[in-house]
Amino acid sequence: MNDPLIQLKNLSFAYDAERPVLDGLSLDLQRGQRLGLIGGNGSGKTTLLHLIVGLIKPRSGRVVVFGQTRSGERDFKEVRRRVGLVFQDADDQLFCPTVLEDVAFGPRNLGCSIEEARESAVTTLRNLGLEGFENRVTYRLSGGEKRLVALATVLAMKPDVLLLDEPGGNLDETSRARLTEILASLPQTILLVTHEPELLNRVATDVVRLENGAVKGTTSRP
Amino acid sequence: MGLGRHTTQSGQAGLMDIFTPQPASYLRELDPRVRVACTFAFALAVTFLSHLPSLIIALATGALLTHLSRKPWKRILKRTAVLNLFLLLLGLSLAVSIPGEILYLVGPFMLSREGLTLGLVILLRANAILLTVTALLGSMEPPNLGFALYRLGVPASFTHILLFMIRYIEVIHVEYHRLRDAMQTRAFEPATNLHTFRSFGYLIGLLLVRSLDRSNRVLAAMKCRGFYGRYHVMQTLTWERRDTSFTVAAILVVLVMIVLEIM
Ligand SMILES: Nc1ncnc2c1ncn2[C@@H]1O[C@H](COP(=O)(O)OP(=O)(O)OP(=O)(O)O)[C@@H](O)[C@H]1O
Ligand SMILES: [Mg+2]
Repeated sequence: MNDPLIQLKNLSFAYDAERPVLDGLSLDLQRGQRLGLIGGNGSGKTTLLHLIVGLIKPRSGRVVVFGQTRSGERDFKEVRRRVGLVFQDADDQLFCPTVLEDVAFGPRNLGCSIEEARESAVTTLRNLGLEGFENRVTYRLSGGEKRLVALATVLAMKPDVLLLDEPGGNLDETSRARLTEILASLPQTILLVTHEPELLNRVATDVVRLENGAVKGTTSRP
Repeated sequence: MGLGRHTTQSGQAGLMDIFTPQPASYLRELDPRVRVACTFAFALAVTFLSHLPSLIIALATGALLTHLSRKPWKRILKRTAVLNLFLLLLGLSLAVSIPGEILYLVGPFMLSREGLTLGLVILLRANAILLTVTALLGSMEPPNLGFALYRLGVPASFTHILLFMIRYIEVIHVEYHRLRDAMQTRAFEPATNLHTFRSFGYLIGLLLVRSLDRSNRVLAAMKCRGFYGRYHVMQTLTWERRDTSFTVAAILVVLVMIVLEIM
């Protein structure tokens, strides 16, 4: 089947009525696609990602994920089990005292046993080059370390689709290079919001720009 | 000064202590349920004690537990210093104000035996309970505390509130320092004037708004990872021999205290 994994149809959204953020936006995310989403500050990129996982509901238009129109909380519960959103601010994502608990939190919610969750957390951390972070206290990590751990918390759930909200922020050269490698090697379908040309070049196969509440033109990359 | 305090690793702020790994000790190995239940039973018993022998046993128990918890005595004494100073003052005012057999005359004040005894009893009780709580519960990570309470029959919603409160006191604390730093780097000096009051008003208002905002975003992030009200603790509880022996010892101590009290 060649249906897009995620389809946004004619979405409109506003936090307050006078200033619409999204206005008749349509966007498809195909299976295996790595779509880069760019756009100025305040253009509505974060808002778009939150609409996909149902944290906010559109004023009009439809959100279709995995071939089904999603509207109620129950629909989105299922979406969130398979679509991983990494928040723009890692402090929003990390809430457990230790890194291990935070990374294992998602798998536990998916019904894994303690041992499976621990296993998957440890593996994920190792894949991200975060060995030895298991017992670190989350709020005492540096900004960059928090970003990587936040990514780990989502990857540990092995989602089908990854929604990344500026994953490169706060990272140093080395970490950024590693993040680029990691993202480029992931099998998942990815929607990547970023301002960084380098990350975009290496990871995204297509790029769209969000402007005036709608999506402008697709540039395909080799 | 103060800049970056919230990001330093040294953790100088006292609040952060609740999450620092505690020294390994016999008490840490105990089942959290045992620790919570024993602390509760002990504290309850101590509040009824009023005779010196039983109170001394209570205090000795507290001291023994503190010793077992391997926490540095210096830090503990420093922490209890404020409370004890307050209790001393309270004891003195009791000694002066409660009529009874006069022990000393200090200037115009008469210190009564009854008052002094009451002050001493309160002092001993408070310290016994404080030491025990610090030793048994202070060495417990909040999730374990929440889990233990939950397993002992405290409603889940209450334990969630408790856990998140403990977690977010820290966040609010950090947020507060961030705002304070932002003010201080722009040369803000508190004084008694309208500018200061207004600025602190903004600070507190913003703190509340930001905390609320953050709590909403954290909940959103948790939902995205499949959280719907069930909190899973990364620990399996197994009842060990030491749990049985500790419980038995605790029951014995409580019984001895009660017997001494009644005799
Ligand atoms: N909770 C909110 N309440 C009201 N307005 C909001 C809220 N969140 C965002 N906005 C507004 O909606 C618009 C889009 O915000 P959004 O966070 O989606 O932008 P963004 O494209 O992610 O920007 P950035 O690149 O800075 O992250 C902005 O103008 C912002 O001011
Ligand atoms: Mg954003």
